Amino acid sequence: MESSRRRFIKMAGIAAVGLSAHPAIKAVAAAPEHGPQYTLKTGDQALQAKQWAMVIDTRRLKTDHDLEPLIEACHKTHNVPHFTEKNHEIKWIWETHFHNAFPGNTSNYMSEEVEHRPYLVLCNHCQNPPCVRACPTKATFKRDSDGVVMMDMHRCIGCRFCMAACPYGSRSFNFKDPLLGLNEKEINLTFPRRMKGVVEKCNFCVERLAVGQRPACVEASGGALLFGDLTDPDSEVRHALRENFTIRRKPSLGTEPCVYYIV
Amino acid sequence: MLDLALKGNKSYWTWLAGLTAVIGTAFIFYLWQLQFGLGITGMSRDVSWGFYIANFTYLVGVAAGGVMVVLPYYLHDYKAYGKVTILGEFLAVAALIMCLLFIVVDLGQPSRAMNVLLYPTPNSVLFWDAMVLNGYLLINLVVGWNVLEAERNGVHYQKWLKPIIYLSIPFAVSIHTVTAFLYSGLPGRGFWMTAILAPRFLSSAFAAGPSLLILLCLFIRNTTKFDPGKEQIQSLGKTVAYAICINVFFFLCEVFVAFYSNIPEHMDHIKYLFVGFHGHNALVPWMWTSMGLMALGIILTVNPSTRKNETTLAVACAAIIGGTWIDKGLGMISGGFVPNPLHEVTEYAPSGPEIVITVGIYAIGALILTVLYKMAIGVKEETHG
Repeated sequence: MESSRRRFIKMAGIAAVGLSAHPAIKAVAAAPEHGPQYTLKTGDQALQAKQWAMVIDTRRLKTDHDLEPLIEACHKTHNVPHFTEKNHEIKWIWETHFHNAFPGNTSNYMSEEVEHRPYLVLCNHCQNPPCVRACPTKATFKRDSDGVVMMDMHRCIGCRFCMAACPYGSRSFNFKDPLLGLNEKEINLTFPRRMKGVVEKCNFCVERLAVGQRPACVEASGGALLFGDLTDPDSEVRHALRENFTIRRKPSLGTEPCVYYIV
Repeated sequence: MLDLALKGNKSYWTWLAGLTAVIGTAFIFYLWQLQFGLGITGMSRDVSWGFYIANFTYLVGVAAGGVMVVLPYYLHDYKAYGKVTILGEFLAVAALIMCLLFIVVDLGQPSRAMNVLLYPTPNSVLFWDAMVLNGYLLINLVVGWNVLEAERNGVHYQKWLKPIIYLSIPFAVSIHTVTAFLYSGLPGRGFWMTAILAPRFLSSAFAAGPSLLILLCLFIRNTTKFDPGKEQIQSLGKTVAYAICINVFFFLCEVFVAFYSNIPEHMDHIKYLFVGFHGHNALVPWMWTSMGLMALGIILTVNPSTRKNETTLAVACAAIIGGTWIDKGLGMISGGFVPNPLHEVTEYAPSGPEIVITVGIYAIGALILTVLYKMAIGVKEETHG
């Protein structure tokens, strides 16, 4: 009796270990030959690209006043809460100084006009994103179809490894319920709600691209922000890159940011 | 064997009751955190890991430190450690449970923690950290428990344990290496991006873990009929002496590389910690205290007369535990986040609730350690006494 009970407990233990290993084995095992059983349909009007990219013409955005509507458009569209406590702050796109946007790239006796211009910063949707490498649940991932670095806010466990990994400080964490920082009347009901305890960031307006609209900030910029397919030589961004000298944030890290700046 | 933990004198039960009270209080604060979110801590989008992750990192070291008794006993057949290996293994068990709890309280959505297993992601270091920490916990529990039970029954431990014991040695190294890789593989965090981070973590672990073990051995000798042994304590003292010297040496290597190369990205974090950066200097007194304590530890453990005197050895161990805790628990994590990737300074200090929850987890660890040690010492008293 005694020994059979022991054996039963032992076997149950071994079985439990085996079952818990199943998903890990699945991950290592070869993927099914015919791919997943579902297909994703793209809308007729959806904007498509192999790798979306943005060019910011900072020459045309001279003052805070020029940037405000862009930031406002983004934060309104995506229900980004506004908190006064700095520790709880959430931002997808914001303005900063040249030496903050491009540390290590500053020069002495720069053109004052260039140095004092406000610079927009946001997620760079890197071609080689460190945040995606760090995430332990694939809650943040680079979409194969168009290169957007996306966030599944319903899978995120809130470990904030991606925030440590991002060399651009582009990610924010919901330190409390985001609803506390939103005006209920102004909530955009077409964009998903999130809860406290998850990370969020700029998504290049994938929800707008899917219905044929360009990102909210691009639309609000009056042409100062350009958006297009980096792999298409005829795209708006490729024209701008060809015709202007551009810089990117921390290119030496090998992340291949897809947001370019004309200075 | 748990029966041995159910028999104790009044002070044993008072201690357990006290710990339970602390845990209960901390749990109420944790419920508050669950309800409000991590906003009740001092963390921010710039310093996105704080006290929880720092203490987690420190305790991974304490857990790995246990291998400093396991390795000489099983690999070098250093018989004297036979008496204390169980103390090292059970210390690792308690430390690892605290580690896992620190991870859980740090999660924004703890109810989704199992997503790490449901969507396993081998390219994430955190996935591997979860694997090795749980693995090492299981190994120590299985090995410690079975070897102790065999000792109680007066038989040799089961043969199948031997390979697992050998496995525990590289595992101990792996837990702290993988934990260091969490930080050292991140682009744009100059303070952590150094190949010496894992060796540094290990050296501080092999100083702090055995130091704690020495203090526990002295406490056990004074309060129970079991004497872990003078030779054992002295041997551990030598391990501590080497490890703390190497730890400080590694740190000085970091300082050389950062300041001789003169690369701001690498210097700024060290400047922030030791002299302040753009007028922000909250951690400066702490870091110098840490250096002072580690220097004191070196003087007292390297010098044979103070090492052989158990009173001064105990002082050295306390100094080393304090010094390495400040170094890893306060400096290592904040230091990496300040200044942030945009070169702005947001300072961090743990909030009241954050400290209470942290103390609560330490109380859980102390409770587990007390119960496990009570069992182990009960067996030792039966067999040696």
